Amino acid sequence: MSDPILQVENLTKNFTVKSAKGLRVVRRTVQAVTDVSLTIGSGQTVGLVGESGSGKTTVGRCVLRLIEPTSGSVKFQGNELVGMPAKHLRGLRRQMQIVFQDPYASLDPKMTVGASIAEPLEIQGVEGNHQDRVAELLDLVGLAPDHARRFPHEFSGGQRQRVGVARALALNPSFIVLDEPVSALDVSIQAGVVNLLQDLQQQLGLSYLFIAHDLSVVRHISDVIAVMYLGKIMEMGPADDLYERPAHPYTQALLSAVPEPDPVAERQRHRIMLQGDVPSPIDPPSGCRFRTRCPIAQERCAAEEPALVDRGQGHPVACHFPQTVPVSVTAR
Amino acid sequence: MSAALSVTDLRVSFNTMLGTVQAVRGVSFDVQPGEVLGVVGESGSGKSVTFLGIMGLLGRSARIEGSARIGDAELVGAAPKVQRKVRGSEMAMIFQDPLSALNPVHRVGAQVAEMLLAHQKGMTHKAANERAVELLDIVGIPQPDQRARQYAHEFSGGMRQRVMIAMAIANNPKVLIADEPTTALDVTVQAQILEVIDRIRKEMGTAVVLITHDLGVVARMADRVQVMYAGRVVERGDVMSIFQSPDHPYTRGLLASLPGLGHERLTPIPGAPPNMLQPPSGCAFRARCPQAIPACASDLPELVKVRLTETACIRANELEVMS
Repeated sequence: MSDPILQVENLTKNFTVKSAKGLRVVRRTVQAVTDVSLTIGSGQTVGLVGESGSGKTTVGRCVLRLIEPTSGSVKFQGNELVGMPAKHLRGLRRQMQIVFQDPYASLDPKMTVGASIAEPLEIQGVEGNHQDRVAELLDLVGLAPDHARRFPHEFSGGQRQRVGVARALALNPSFIVLDEPVSALDVSIQAGVVNLLQDLQQQLGLSYLFIAHDLSVVRHISDVIAVMYLGKIMEMGPADDLYERPAHPYTQALLSAVPEPDPVAERQRHRIMLQGDVPSPIDPPSGCRFRTRCPIAQERCAAEEPALVDRGQGHPVACHFPQTVPVSVTAR
Repeated sequence: MSAALSVTDLRVSFNTMLGTVQAVRGVSFDVQPGEVLGVVGESGSGKSVTFLGIMGLLGRSARIEGSARIGDAELVGAAPKVQRKVRGSEMAMIFQDPLSALNPVHRVGAQVAEMLLAHQKGMTHKAANERAVELLDIVGIPQPDQRARQYAHEFSGGMRQRVMIAMAIANNPKVLIADEPTTALDVTVQAQILEVIDRIRKEMGTAVVLITHDLGVVARMADRVQVMYAGRVVERGDVMSIFQSPDHPYTRGLLASLPGLGHERLTPIPGAPPNMLQPPSGCAFRARCPQAIPACASDLPELVKVRLTETACIRANELEVMS
């Protein structure tokens, strides 16, 4: 692997929530992210998948210090971000940007698209002609320079997301967190934005943390994928290896739950059905967090938390009893 | 076998400040008892509006023409009293977001019982409550007698959608319309809900209309598929034919835009759907279509059987069979 651009070690984020217990207010701790470690190489894309409440978005925000991690270390190009004074952080923020899911909510409806794209340049006090830079950025994301004078409502969803990407690129970052960037888009439009992200990565040497719940898009774009469940990484490995040889029962269930756009395969498929819902992160299960829904859970799983290590599966798995299942079971 | 729901030349338009939006422009189809009809299309294709119109759930700004028959009852232009009678008993609908469809201040069991009391004359409250618990059990809610006394906020997303399904099937409707029923749910929960819908269709013989943008869900669930674009049906056929040998360039484009197993570059459909304030003449897809010829602008293509599917494309006969 090339030099890491981002190194996350033992990242933990707890949120305190207030809830009523009779007339008393009690504070409780939501363990959103617990002990997450991952590395993103230069020019690499790491995909983060998981269901709602798995902590994938919280990891993305902590990495950029948009929210303060509770503990752990985040090193960007060798610089420790956790505990870094705001003054120094601002300089580094040029290098690290984020694109959100809903481009309609993340663009100011009263600002022209050109003004939105130029805003980071002004905040960072970048010298030079901002108009020219905006025109250049719009061209880079496949829009026309005269689009700068328009407002967000005049664009389609796909175009708006391109504006979001242009704004993230304004300061020439080397690393971008993509938080569900194509989830709100129709499939025929989604493909164009995915292509754009890949082209930009090639052209500008970007590194991505790609957060999504759509497993087929994640596989397509990522080099390495980490599967999260209740704030922890369950399994991590090269994209194709993970999809073809999933070893964690949760990864297997997740992959087998995704319906494939192939009616023949769908009708022959063996499905691993998980019972129930994801438990609350306020009071996660002891030992392995997945054990309450796991089809192969045993006593040991409640007593002892499995570490995320390679147990001969070719990639790290946080399970006491990992079993590699053949490709045909999960297909995709 | 006679169709559970029969729709002929349905048109829905909305009067807005900017003009008339032609959301549905002449849609005809049947749904047979016990079958799942998948309805796919992008946002704005009219897939939801078609069924909201049939259900009589669009506001006064909507103008609905054509015919939609369920049994002997004509729904288009029917008096509100007739619509209310059909809605919930002959035909029921579930939506993407069950939290906004459930009443937060009533117990879940009472809301299911209300469906029974509204449509079944002479049913006692006691019998309705008992039946409500049975229905919650049918849709796979554990400890249904206790859960019936809880409120919607005490249920998870998947469990709420099960409650919606229990309400929808309470009166044994002929047709269940599911509008993006799993879009807001996680995949493992989605799999559970699809299983429930599939079981109900098999056990009760309910015709199911599954409206979704997820082609995977359609491949898994549907017997037949209807592809909509700009307020019209552009292609229709059995699920195997639609996925294996689609003829309409739009259907082909949709399937081609999905990421495959390899990492080869994706193929988007260029452009965006047309503005339905001024729908284009002829084929609405022609501006984005790689096969378009000048004649596409003049004739509105009708749905005709070409190879294995019915296709609304004047060039369908000339196009090469897709591998």
